Parts: sequence; C-alpha cells; structure tokens
Amino acid sequence: MALAVKQKEKAWGKVLDAGLDETIKKLTPEKIEQVIKKALEKMGPGRLKTMVETCIHCGLCSEACHTYLSNDRDPTFAPVAKVKQTMWPILKNKGRVSPEFIRRAAEIAYTECNLCKRCSMYCPFGIDMAYIILSVRRICHLLGVTPLYLQDTAHSHAVTMNQMWVKQDDWIDTLQWQEEETRGEIKNPIIPINKEGADIMYSVIGPEPKFQAHLMGQAAVIMNVAGIDWTYPSFDGWDNSDMAMYSGDHEIMGRVKRAHFEAAMKLKVKKIVMGECGHAFRSIYDVGNRWLGLRMPPVPVIHAIQFYYELLREGRIKIKKKFDKPVTLHDPCNVIRGRGLHEMARYVTNALCEDFREMNPNKEYNFCCNAGGGVINCGPPWTKKRVISNRVKAEQMKATGAPIVITPCHNCHSGIEDVIKYYKLGMHTKFFSQIIVEVMEIPEKFKL
Amino acid sequence: MLEFLMSPAVYSFVRGPLVWIAFLVFIVGSAYRIYVMISTVKKEKLVLPYMSLRYSIRSILHWVIPFGSVNWRRHPVITIVTFLFHICLVFTPIFLLSHNILWHESWGISWWTLPESLADIMTLIVIFSCVFFFFRRIIASEVRFVTYPSDFLILAIAFLPFLTGFLAYHQWLLPHEAMVNLHILFGAIMLIAVPFSRIIHMIFGWFTRAYTGSEFGMVRHVRDY
Amino acid sequence: MNQIAEWDWDTKEKYIADINEWRKKFPVVRGLVASDDGEKIATVIQTEDNRFTTCVNGDVWEETFERLWSLKFTPDNKFICLTYKDYEWALAVDKEFWEDRFDSAWNLTLSPDGKNIAINVKKEESYGVSLNGNTWENRFVDARDIALSPDGTRTATLIQTKRLKEGDIFGFQEGIWTVAVDGTPWDKTFVNVWGVTFSPDSKHVAVEVRFNLYDYTIAIDGKTWEKVYNCVWEPLFKPDSNDIIAPVKTSDGWTLAINGQPVWDTYVQLWNQRFSPDGRRIAAIVAPEYGRWTIAVDNIPWNNSWSDAVLPPIFSPDSKRVAAVVKESRNPFHMESALHNVEGNNRYSIAVDGTPWPGDFEMVWDPIFSPGSDKVLAKVEKNGKYFIAIDGRIGKHGYEALWNPVFSPDGEKLLIRCVEGGRYYRRVVPIHEI
Ligand code: HEM
Ligand code: HEM
Ligand code: SF4
Ligand code: SF4
Repeated sequence: MALAVKQKEKAWGKVLDAGLDETIKKLTPEKIEQVIKKALEKMGPGRLKTMVETCIHCGLCSEACHTYLSNDRDPTFAPVAKVKQTMWPILKNKGRVSPEFIRRAAEIAYTECNLCKRCSMYCPFGIDMAYIILSVRRICHLLGVTPLYLQDTAHSHAVTMNQMWVKQDDWIDTLQWQEEETRGEIKNPIIPINKEGADIMYSVIGPEPKFQAHLMGQAAVIMNVAGIDWTYPSFDGWDNSDMAMYSGDHEIMGRVKRAHFEAAMKLKVKKIVMGECGHAFRSIYDVGNRWLGLRMPPVPVIHAIQFYYELLREGRIKIKKKFDKPVTLHDPCNVIRGRGLHEMARYVTNALCEDFREMNPNKEYNFCCNAGGGVINCGPPWTKKRVISNRVKAEQMKATGAPIVITPCHNCHSGIEDVIKYYKLGMHTKFFSQIIVEVMEIPEKFKL
Repeated sequence: MLEFLMSPAVYSFVRGPLVWIAFLVFIVGSAYRIYVMISTVKKEKLVLPYMSLRYSIRSILHWVIPFGSVNWRRHPVITIVTFLFHICLVFTPIFLLSHNILWHESWGISWWTLPESLADIMTLIVIFSCVFFFFRRIIASEVRFVTYPSDFLILAIAFLPFLTGFLAYHQWLLPHEAMVNLHILFGAIMLIAVPFSRIIHMIFGWFTRAYTGSEFGMVRHVRDY
Repeated sequence: MNQIAEWDWDTKEKYIADINEWRKKFPVVRGLVASDDGEKIATVIQTEDNRFTTCVNGDVWEETFERLWSLKFTPDNKFICLTYKDYEWALAVDKEFWEDRFDSAWNLTLSPDGKNIAINVKKEESYGVSLNGNTWENRFVDARDIALSPDGTRTATLIQTKRLKEGDIFGFQEGIWTVAVDGTPWDKTFVNVWGVTFSPDSKHVAVEVRFNLYDYTIAIDGKTWEKVYNCVWEPLFKPDSNDIIAPVKTSDGWTLAINGQPVWDTYVQLWNQRFSPDGRRIAAIVAPEYGRWTIAVDNIPWNNSWSDAVLPPIFSPDSKRVAAVVKESRNPFHMESALHNVEGNNRYSIAVDGTPWPGDFEMVWDPIFSPGSDKVLAKVEKNGKYFIAIDGRIGKHGYEALWNPVFSPDGEKLLIRCVEGGRYYRRVVPIHEI
C-alpha cells in the first residue's frame, strides 16, 4: 500500500493536474467508501471479481506492456501491477481508501494504461485488464477525479455531442468550406449534407473540423472519385469519437453514441463509414453500443482501413504511381486487436506504396502508440511521461529505417508524432487518406 | 506432539470425517462458486451474448497446449515448468496407487494407477516446481512487486501435500503414521482451499479464457494467443 | 393538414420536370426536394462560375450565391432556403429575403401550418434565434437546437450563459447552460440541458437537465422534477395537457416517468416514446432484454423482438394501431462491408401491432397509416429501386426516386411523387393499382 500511494519520481517529475490535485481535496475516506460501494454494486461483481480472483499474480503479462518495457522493466508498470495498485486495494478494503490513494489510482488508470488489451493476449487466463482499469476510471469519474484536459473533452461531448466544442454552425460552415477547398483538387466535388437515403454516412472526429479540416477535404476527393453515394449530417451526431468512454462518464458516452446512431438512421443510410480513428471505432462497435443495450451497432460501422481496402480491391479508385518513399505501418490497437483489420491494412499499404517495411512485432501483437485509451487526451502535462513510456515504439520504428509511418488512427497519429519528435527519429506520420490522395488516379471527369 | 500425531484417534479422524469434509467442501464449494459466478455474470447481461463455443475452444486449446501461444513461446522455461507442475499436480493424486487403494477401501471405486516409481518422480517434479516458483517470486521483480504473503501461502498449500506424501512414501524424517496423518491433513487443506483462494483459478481460468477467446475471436476477429 | 383535401386528386399524372435535362444544362444538380402536394420540385444547381442558385420546376433563380442549402417547401408551397453571399447569410422565402442578415443561420424549422419560420442564428459574434425575421435582441455565447411552439409564436433554444476560459472544468461544472425562451433565459442554470420541447398549448417548455456530472432530471419552465435519476432521455408533453413523460434510468434500468414518477416496468433501454393522437396511449421503443428491440404500448411489449433496431413507433389516426420500422441481422458478428451487404444482415421491415410484414427490404421509410387506420404503407428500397409497399405487399413500380406517398382524405387514392426515366412526375393512383 505504501508503495502504491507514493508518487513515482521519474524522469518526468511529479505531474501537476488540477483535475486530480484540486478534486481530491473535496474527498474524505467516508465519501470515497460510499461512492465506491455503490459503484461496485452497479458494476456487477461478476466479471470484475472473477477476473481479479482468477489472477494468480504470475506476472506473465508484464512484457506485453509497452510502458513496462519502456520504463526499464519498472515493475510498477506491469499490467498486473496497475491492478495491484488500484483495484485490488479497492476491493480488499471495500472502498475504504484515502484521497491520496485515489489520486494515484487515477494517475495510473488514466495515464499509465491505454486499455490496449495487449496484455489480455499474454495472460494465460486472458484477464481483461482494460475492463478492470476502465472500472477504476469509472470510480474516479464518480468521485470527480479525472485529468483536467480529458474532463474538459468529456464536457465538450456532453454539450455539443462532439469532442472539440465545435458549434453547430461551425460544423456546417466547415462542410461547405471544405467543398470549396476541394474544388482546387477535382472538378465539381460535392459534399452532400443531409442526403436522405444515401448509401453511406461518413463520420469524423471533432478534431477534424476543428484543426484538420483538410482531412475532410481529402475524404471528399476519395468519395467523389470513387463514386460513393454518401452524406454528412448537418446536425449533432456527426462526431463518432467519445472521450466520455475513457473518462468513465458512461451516461454521456451513451448519449453521444445514441446521437450518432440516430443520425445515421434518420438519414436512412445503410452503413456508417468512419475516418481513420481507432478509439471512435471502439466506442461505436464495442463499448458505447453495449451501454445502450445494443449487442452490435444498429447500423454497421466500417472503419476507413476496410473502406479503402474495398475501394482498392474493387477498382473504385486506381493508383497512378505508387508512393515511392519507404513506409512502415503502425497497427492501431482499436481496429487491429479491436477488429482484425491488419491484413486489410497490409493490402492497402502494398497497393499504395512501393516499399513497405514491417515493424516487429506487428498485427495483433503490435505495441500500442501510448496515446490511445484517452492518454493523449490527458493533455500537455502528461506528454513527457507519455513519450518516455513508449521508448519501445521508438526503437521499433527506428529499426524499420522508413521515413514515413502510416498511422490509420488519430490518436496514434499525434502520439507517434510526439514519440518521433522526442526521440529525434526524423520520421513523419501519415494517414492512409493522405497517401491515397497523393497517388490516386483522377479520372477525366474530375480533372480540372 | 509426535505422540499425538501418531495416535489412532487422529488417524481415524483424518481418514474419516476430514476426508469427507475436504471432498465435500471442495466439490460443493467449487460448484457454488461456479453457480454464483455465472448468475452474477448473467445479471451483468454483457457477457453471455458475446460467448462463442467455437472461439472458446480455439482459445483454450491454444493455451493448454505447451508452446501453443505466443507468450508460452516467449517463456520456454516457465512454460515447461508450469506445464509439468500442473500436469503432475493434477494427475499424480488422481492416479496414485495409495489413493486408489484408499478410495477402494472407503467407497469401493478405483481405476488405473501410475507405476509407483513414476508417481514418485512426478511428486518430485511438483516439489521442485514449487521451489522454482518460490524463487521466481523472490527474484523476478515484476512478480515480487505483485506478490502478497497469500501467494506464498498458496504455494505452500500446493507444496506440502506433495512433500509429506513423498516423505511418507519413503518413510523418511518422521514415523510413517505421523507423516501419513500430516499428509492427509495437508491434502485436505489443499482441497478445502480451492473454493476460498486463488486456487479457484483451476476452475475460473477456463471461463475467463473462454470469454476472452470469444470476444477476441467472434467479435473482434483476432487471435488471443 | 386539411389542405390535403384541396389538392388535385383527379389528374392522374402530371409530368412536372425533366431532371435529366437539368443535369445536362448545369454542371452540378444537387438533391431534389418535392413539395408536399407534389406540384413542385426544387434543387440547388451549380453554375459554370461555381456559384449556386435554385431551380424550381425548371425556373432558375437569376440571383446566384456562394452557398445555398436547407431547401424546404411549406405546406402552402412557399419555397424557403438559406443563402450566403458576401459573408452574409439570408433566409429567402419565394426569392424574397428577410431583412435581417446573419453570420450563420441553421436549424430551419417550420410551425405545423408552415406559416412561421424559425432559425438559429449568429449575429455580431453572439447567438440566438430569428423568428419570421425578428431576431432576438438578447443573444448569447452559444445557442444550440431550436424549438418552435405549435402555434408558431414562440421559440426556445439552449444557451450558454457565460464565456469560459479554455479548459475551465470547474467553471463549467458550476452550470453555465440553460434555456432561453423568446430571448429570455431561465433564472436557473445547469451543467447540461438537452431536448428542448414546447407544450401543446405553446405555454410551457421542457428540457432534460444534468445538475452535476451525475444527477439528471427534467425541468419545466425552469422548475425541476423532485426526483433525480442516473440518466434521462428527452421529455414529451401529452396532447392537450401539461403532463410530461420522459424515459428515466433507475438502478434497475430504464423506465418511463410521468411528471417525475416512474410508471412503467424497467427495461434494458427505453426511448422515443410517443403519444397516440387521442393522448390516451403511449408507445415507446424498448429493449426487453439485452440486444433485443421491440415496441411497448402502455407498458406491454410486443411478443416479437428484433436484433438490430426498432425505429420510433407511429400511431394510426384512430389511436388503435401502432407500426414501426424493424431491423434484423442473422449473422450479427459477420464482417460487414461498406459496399456490399452480407447475406441475411441488415434486413429492414415493418411491424404492425407486433406482427412483422412477411418480406424484408434494403431500407424502409416510416410507415404511413391510411386515414381509416386500416392500411399501412411505406416507401421501401429493393435492388436499388424504390417501391411503395402496402400491408407487406410490394408495389408493381420501382422508381429512381420516390417521396413518401400521401393518402387522399378518403383513403382511396395515393399521391405519388416520383422520378422515372429521369423525369419527375406527380401521380394520383387508386390504392388497388399500386
Ligand atoms: C485428503 C485426502 C488424502 C488422503 C487420505 C491421502 C492419503 C495418502 C496416502 C495414504 C498416501 C500414501 C503414503 C504412503 O505411501 O505411505 C498418499 C500419498 C500421496 N499423496 Fe495423498 N492423500 C490425500 C490427498 C492428497 C492430495 C490433495 C494430494 C495432492 C494434490 C496428494 C498427493 C499425494 C502424493 C503425491 C503422494 C505420494 C507421493 C509419492 O508416491 O512419492 N494427496 N496420500
Ligand atoms: C487444472 C487446472 C489448472 C489450470 C488450467 C492452471 C493454470 C495455471 C496457470 C495458467 C498458471 C500461471 C502460469 C504460471 O505461473 O506457471 C498457474 C499458476 C499457478 N497454479 Fe495453476 N492451474 C490449475 C490448477 C492448479 C491447482 C489445483 C493448483 C494447486 C494449488 C495450482 C497452483 C498454481 C500455483 C501455485 C501457481 C502460481 C505459480 C507461481 O507462483 O507463479 N494450479 N496455474
Ligand atoms: S497499456 Fe495495454 S498492455 Fe499495458 S496494461 Fe494497459 S491494456 Fe495492458
Ligand atoms: S498474466 Fe494474468 S494471471 Fe498472471 S499476473 Fe498477469 S493478469 Fe494475473
């Protein structure tokens, strides 16, 4: 216990975060106990308790975790150690733990685990560490102890149904503006808004309209050239992302997912195709839908990797000249371990690029970017810790010698860019869509 | 003390009621744990709809075959030790001649038995595996960090029946009667401990494996091994 | 609604416009919008110099814009759209502009009779509402979602009362959101407000609220229900009354509450509750068990349930029957595809009083009851064409485009608005000929 509460003095020093430091001041052991007791009742003792009691403390999951490997095998970063420092004492003491304990538990749950589930593949019992850590986060949310930046994002979801405080009119403006921008790329592009009965609703994450609108322009190029009958909603529900899932605010997560599904059903589309984002896929396919009582998403969700795969395989987009710089591919946990798109990702990479070099390990066994699971959304205070805790990724990428890392996920994209910068790897991240637009053939009809 | 251990009263207690109690607690206790686990998981609603027999079996098979999973391959020493340990731990007592004689006497049932010399070797394997695990817990930092006294206790609970059985068989250290009585006592403790300690992993482990196998295989279309 | 009787129910077919012709004439023709009575068809067209204008029945508006969207016909056939030119948004009704101009304008909303128009607007860096061109004097840091009262005289929107520094989670949790009605904010503020709606008499406004991160309830005119819940969904007023129903989540699951009191059994999920026209019955989408969906009418779930989804229930005019779109997948865990359909998956149909139609379709639009409540029809999609299906029987004609059909007041005929061979037609067809 003493060890668990002690703040680790690491290269990143003690990280201050008002979302943790200020909020624990309002807690007392009695209040904590009361909240946790109620939470544990609701979580259902079944899965959580079974997993905690089955764990034989063998430590075989340790090497699965990039944070453990990157911190010179610091035992406190082993997956089981994260549970030991959080859920075990909580269960053992039936919720009677100190505010300082909660602060440390929150730091572990929010900034030291990406819920990437790699360790579940290495534990002989398949113990679902992500579920246990998410349960710790749920408790922290109920106690109001969450990293400030992540909480702010959850607030944005609650108000706007999107991740970035994008106002309703700003969203519409972005759609129209991007159509104008795309006119510089191809002839007469259309970004259809509220087209009822289209085949596909295309959805993005809040940061795209906020900071990376060009990605929406690139998506429009691909959609137009491939002749896809698609649309965006003008109304809330266009954002597929969900940081409330990661902060532990299930109710807001459910509300955001409901808005997303209802937007698709209102538009009478047959499929939702989403941009290159991993956690958003997880929130729709795996977590948010379940909270709502939906066994599977009511409208199928297709991740961009699969969408591009289908377009390329069926010749809906053709390649003019393959990308000639060497590339490597980062497998985003949430759509590889979370959906099995690794072979498709390789098909797409090989179709687009001349020189593809695998990282090792790869596919389902790939290391997480250490940005996922809401960790990057905990914001600047935690950046240093995040990049230091993913040295293995840096080593893995460096070994490929490729200057370009394809990262078909927003969190991976930004997180890996940070890792590259910190370790001075001289590489760059790219989305598939950026490469596609660069190498695709523009049919006569769309030539300017 | 030794006198007492050797006394016929103790023998008749450990050979009689204690064996009964041990098996009852083990079987009824484990069944109850399974029942409670399944019914609470059912109430959670989110587990059973994602279970798949096919992917449960796929996952379990990969993990019960030595070197059948990536992690087993990454840790050859542990894999060999743990498989030998568990095989010997489970099968030695079941197919042990002495045990078969006893339950033939008590309940009139018996089956194929191991040659005594082989049983002896298997017992030694368990004993040395326990020693291995003991030192691993102390030496390997990632294991040490998550080790509680209870982990050593569980190890001891696994260790002692084998040690005492071995000593009794060879009639070493203590008079035979005393050692047999001690052995039965520790054997009973182990059986009784199953439903109340993390030894429950011998039962729950199959279920957690099946669940993860189903989620990974059926829902997410990936391997979990 | 009574306008329907005045429509032309005698002319069998009117060929209104040649859409293919439009497509030849202009570089880009956008989505088509048909008027309720079918007499008019409108679209946005792009000109050679990348500007936009509208084309209604072939009549091209000579004025062009940088942006143009949100086309709508009022029930009395006025044509409305939002236009953007020289950095200003303007609302046009039959080519006439409201006087006021905006930095942004969206959420175009009509009163049931179509005589009143409301939009959310941004003007001089502040947000509010404009009703029939009268823009609220009071404007706010942000405004989202609009509600127009049934009588068309009042408007409400969700507003942010205070500007916050970026990342000020503590300021946010003090509550800076509320509702403004006709420009006047409620006294009370909340952490969140959602789902704003007016009462049938246009006098009251209800919303969902969240007091802090955990406690949800419903607020009416700024006063909240006494009980708080783990979560709530949008409130709905009872016809001809001020009673409110809303789904609420208790520790046992979701139930329906009337004026704060839970009255239904609990379900895994419950949402999209609707009143019958006579206000006596309530239907809602429920999940009686995890991953199964159906409709419950007065707390009695239908016997059948579906795996994927059930869409909001629709009552017959006599309030006796309920129909809904249902969706089922036989292989829910099969890898889906963006371009193709997995055999047996994503099958849409209609269920009426719990009994599904025998066939299923690629897509089904909301069911429509005949005025006598005896027939149910819907627009459906099969093999990429659109059909009308009546009581489960699919019609003879497949169309390139089709709008929801409308029953004649006597229920004998259907108004069909469709595109065939690139041409837009308005047809009146006796029911038995479908
Ligand atoms: C609770 C009821 C038990 C009874 C009555 C019992 C009784 C005995 C007896 C009488 C012997 C023979 C000693 C000799 O040869 O002189 C024996 C040997 C042995 N028992 Fe048990 N036992 C019990 C439980 C267990 C358990 C739970 C285990 C291990 C999991 C175990 C493992 C062994 C082993 C390994 C040997 C033999 C060692 C060797 O041959 O080298 N016994 N037991
Ligand atoms: C037949 C069902 C069983 C299965 C499938 C099983 C499986 C496992 C697995 C996968 C491990 C982790 C790997 C390792 O650390 O070696 C383990 C560890 C262990 N098992 Fe079992 N086990 C079973 C029965 C038992 C029983 C009956 C005991 C009796 C006490 C036992 C005692 C242990 C101990 C003490 C460890 C931990 C070793 C350490 O300290 O690291 N197991 N078991
Ligand atoms: S980051 Fe991934 S591997 Fe590490 S503990 Fe969390 S889920 Fe396991
Ligand atoms: S590998 Fe599994 S059983 Fe072993 S310590 Fe890790 S979580 Fe526990």
